[in-house]
Amino acid sequence: MIKFIRPFAIITGLLLAWQALVYITEAPPYILPDPLAVSQTLYRRLDTLINHAGITFLEIILGFLFGSLLGCCSALILATVKSARDWLTPVLVITQSLPVFALAPILVLWLGYGLPSKVAMTVLIIYFPVTAAFYDGLRRTPKDWQALAKVMNAKPMAFLIHVRIPLALPSLSSGLRVAMATAPIGAIVGEWVGSSEGLGYLMLHANGRMQIDLMFAALLILSIMAVSLYLTTDHLLHRLLRHLSLDDHKTR
Amino acid sequence: MLHTAGDIHIQNFCLSYKEKQVFENFSLCLEGGKWNVLLGRSGVGKSSLLKAIAGLLPPSFYKGTIKTADGSSLSGQISWMTQDALLLPWLSVLQNALIGNKLRQLSERDAISDKQARSLLSDLGLEPYLDMKPDSLSGGMRQRTALARTLLEDHPIVLLDEPFSALDAITRAEMHDLTSHYLTGKTVVMITHDPLEALKLSDIIYVLKGPVIKSAETLTPSSRPLRNIKDSSLLQEHEVLMKQLSDSKALS
Repeated sequence: MIKFIRPFAIITGLLLAWQALVYITEAPPYILPDPLAVSQTLYRRLDTLINHAGITFLEIILGFLFGSLLGCCSALILATVKSARDWLTPVLVITQSLPVFALAPILVLWLGYGLPSKVAMTVLIIYFPVTAAFYDGLRRTPKDWQALAKVMNAKPMAFLIHVRIPLALPSLSSGLRVAMATAPIGAIVGEWVGSSEGLGYLMLHANGRMQIDLMFAALLILSIMAVSLYLTTDHLLHRLLRHLSLDDHKTR
Repeated sequence: MLHTAGDIHIQNFCLSYKEKQVFENFSLCLEGGKWNVLLGRSGVGKSSLLKAIAGLLPPSFYKGTIKTADGSSLSGQISWMTQDALLLPWLSVLQNALIGNKLRQLSERDAISDKQARSLLSDLGLEPYLDMKPDSLSGGMRQRTALARTLLEDHPIVLLDEPFSALDAITRAEMHDLTSHYLTGKTVVMITHDPLEALKLSDIIYVLKGPVIKSAETLTPSSRPLRNIKDSSLLQEHEVLMKQLSDSKALS
């Protein structure tokens, strides 16, 4: 019961704190609008907000899918091809030490104002955590299992598919959780740098016109979307791992 | 199987571990078709010797040769069983016992048959659990599944790396009986630090004494294996072994 009530209690508490902050600081509506004003705007401009949110949602999902896929492929190559490891690791580190935000203008220049530049941005942000987590999991195949596979004369590819990849899934799923939590950053930053639609664009646009209540409404939608995406991913991964009896890293 | 169980010859075996000499010019002949036990205190290097026999150490790690009596290499003739049952948590007992088929990608004709696995698992008392996952089994059942996997490999040489040390006393005694029964006629090499276990199961006991192992003292128990551990002659031999093992402490 308390588990059911808790989220509502937290949200109510936050709203009250927000209202209290407006009341105490006497902030004018163009600096900090109160919750009621934001909810009115939310209701009034719901169509616009939903349209823009749909675009951002698509960018996040596509970025997540492509980024995860690319990350998994890279990790598999790193784990299986010895020379790839030596050549690719430095490249990976270099690309990751470069702030992705600095690349955003270039991506917009190359890929245009539309969807592709935002998806590319998201891919860049989540590629590294997914690769690192999955590769780490693949490297940590228990020594005893490696020995057993060798004694049993296992084919490397079969060993990879039937033992190493499944055993690395808990690591991969932590990578995917981080990826889902950070994917919205990529989409929003991409929209800020150059776009004509999406929640990031709407916020920048509203900011320019002093429509702070609209900005807050967009922010609200964005956070609801990000949190539900994260919770859904978390739930699905958890179910998958439990189905495979891997949820508490049992290998015995 | 067509293989006749031959002796294993270890000749001029030298091995260093972390710049410390562990084996120096060590030669030993393990008898084919018998239960050979390598007995030694923890950390004496018996595990390394077993790994070398199993072909798990790269040849650059050690000097010397490990061959069968007719001079052929041991690879492909060995099964291996460890303290950890090494079952895959997402596979059922039956699938775990048959994992060799998947790992070697055998064609339908060469594969170990489902029927054979089922009947062996039933003989081991696992019939009601065939479709259960390892998580829901006791330690003894997991180890019996591992034993089934080892036996289904059907190799003439079976290496046992302290397979019973994680089990409780009753389960261990049951596993002793089962293993002894099913491994009759195979060349068994077991390592253990428990003199009583060695005396119960072995045809020949080799006592390995550190710090640098140059040769092994041999003890052949007076009666046939699977002895009663309350037997007075066994207890006398136990005294002898305990004394030999504690000598090694004085040496180091």
